[in-house]
Amino acid sequence: MSASNLHVYVMAVPLLTAFFVNLLGRVSNSWVAPLVCGSLSISSVAALVLMGRVIASGGFSYTVGNWTPPFGIELVVDHLSALMLVLISVVALFASISALKSVEQELPGREHLFFTLFLILVAGLMGLVLTGDAFNLYVLLEITSITTYGLIAMGKGRAPLASFNYIIMGSIGACFYLLGVGYLYLMTGTLNMADIARILPTIDGAAAVATAFAFMLVGLWVKMALFPLHGWLPNAYSLAPTGASLIVAPLMTKVSIYLMIRVMFSIFSIDYLFLQHPQVQSGIVWVAALAIVSASALALAQKDLKRMLTYIIIAEVGYMVGGVWLANGTGMTGAVLHIVNDALMTLCLFLAAAAIYYRSGSLEFNSLQGIYRKMPITMAAFTVGAFAMIGVPPTAGFFSKWYLILGGIEAGHWEYVVALLFSSLVNAVLFFRIIEIGYFYKDGEHHGHETLNEAPLLMQAPLVISAVALIVIGLGSGPLVETIIKLAVPVGF
Amino acid sequence: MEEFLTLIVSKVNYWAYVILMMIGFYAMIGKRNLVKKLIGMNIFQTAIILMFVSAGVKHGGKIPILNKYEVLKHGVDATQVVNPLPHVLMLTAIVVSVSITGVALAILLRIYREYGTLEEDEILEKLGK
Repeated sequence: MSASNLHVYVMAVPLLTAFFVNLLGRVSNSWVAPLVCGSLSISSVAALVLMGRVIASGGFSYTVGNWTPPFGIELVVDHLSALMLVLISVVALFASISALKSVEQELPGREHLFFTLFLILVAGLMGLVLTGDAFNLYVLLEITSITTYGLIAMGKGRAPLASFNYIIMGSIGACFYLLGVGYLYLMTGTLNMADIARILPTIDGAAAVATAFAFMLVGLWVKMALFPLHGWLPNAYSLAPTGASLIVAPLMTKVSIYLMIRVMFSIFSIDYLFLQHPQVQSGIVWVAALAIVSASALALAQKDLKRMLTYIIIAEVGYMVGGVWLANGTGMTGAVLHIVNDALMTLCLFLAAAAIYYRSGSLEFNSLQGIYRKMPITMAAFTVGAFAMIGVPPTAGFFSKWYLILGGIEAGHWEYVVALLFSSLVNAVLFFRIIEIGYFYKDGEHHGHETLNEAPLLMQAPLVISAVALIVIGLGSGPLVETIIKLAVPVGF
Repeated sequence: MEEFLTLIVSKVNYWAYVILMMIGFYAMIGKRNLVKKLIGMNIFQTAIILMFVSAGVKHGGKIPILNKYEVLKHGVDATQVVNPLPHVLMLTAIVVSVSITGVALAILLRIYREYGTLEEDEILEKLGK
């Protein structure tokens, strides 16, 4: 294993293992767990080593099959993509361990099919993070989407219907992105992001370039479920099998935000984005603020834990889009740090939800009565995740929110600051309501004998580790920002 | 008016793609039958494929299959051959479109088995009960 090809192995290992999972899983189910966890562990270790190399000696680019860019496809490894690779592989590893138990319960006999899609999804997400080619990005975007459609449709009841709605909306998003790439290709004659960025300032045709940018941006917004375009997300994520939402909820929207950052700063320039059209920039911050407020308000109306969490995800998308478009370094740092933190917070909360669902079979608020006495360890971890979501120091959520608020003040976008504070308050209300129901209410039916009924160890271990990680990353966010994120923020800030 | 007509005639391929795309978009958003929505999605994707392919066309251009030795001796006259890259890209886009259609049809099959209909209104009515 040559060290210079490390990033290719990070992506290739889950992709190749997916086929072995499918083949050997048909022979015996006992193959599934070691193959899945083994491949994702290899990816995680390789991604961490790669991260170390990037910190030590800076980013580099790699040409697949020695076809030199702009003709061949270029893989770009810089601080940001190395960070995302670590995030994706670690989150996928934790999610897969817990998913093994819940899939065994919900989809007995179909484990190999589930984990085939699961691993291809992880490989697709890693490819999205690495690629430096605009058309290649479209193909990988559709690979992740198609696997997600399949994973969601494996759920019970209305899940296929939710998945079909997602297909329609997701295809519109992807086609818009493709149209944008098409316009850029017509104007510049190239598909390599760096090459497009080099040619764009030299051509005229402002209208066509602006159309391309608008199409790409709206396409990615549909994929990441920014508020007015969020319609597909709550049903799709809450009706999916528990194991599927464990991987899809923390990673899909966050990777879409990474893609938005890539498209904005690798193809277009800061000058084009923020200085030439200041009204567009402040308009998008307003949209983000509106998204945060509306999604938080909608979350208040939910009566099911998983559905409530999906609306919180939509509000968090508003945080990060707003942070990127604040057009200053602090906001950008906050947005990148929040990608990491939000992925871990969402993972922690969904892992807790999976553990509760595994034991009680329901996530309605009514059925959570007395849950703290039945599952104390699970709920302790859940509380840490909830505090991080609210933004209580020293959990990770506080620090990224702090950067975002400082960025908002620096840019003078008070509506965004107010929206962030409002959303934190709403999150506090939402989670303290669950804590109240779970801690103080007695279980009506089995009054008096609430027995300890913890989730299996395989579900608890990743949950507890992710809760600890939230605090560790919170305490270590200073060094994290200094060594990685400061360098991951696009040049010019 | 004359200017507008020249605009249409000179860019007829782009007008065709926009019209096709709008038909597809309408079907995806407006129709209540799930299969019609899916067909609308296919029209939408085909419109984009047409846009790309028509962008590679050159007036009087030949197919881009060249004799290696001739090229090495005389080089390529780029005005004489059609640009092959959009076609190759669209092969990939067609594969993507076919696989999405396949997944969507499989999901529609499951929906039909569950509800016995593919009309969105009837499904929502059954869910409401």
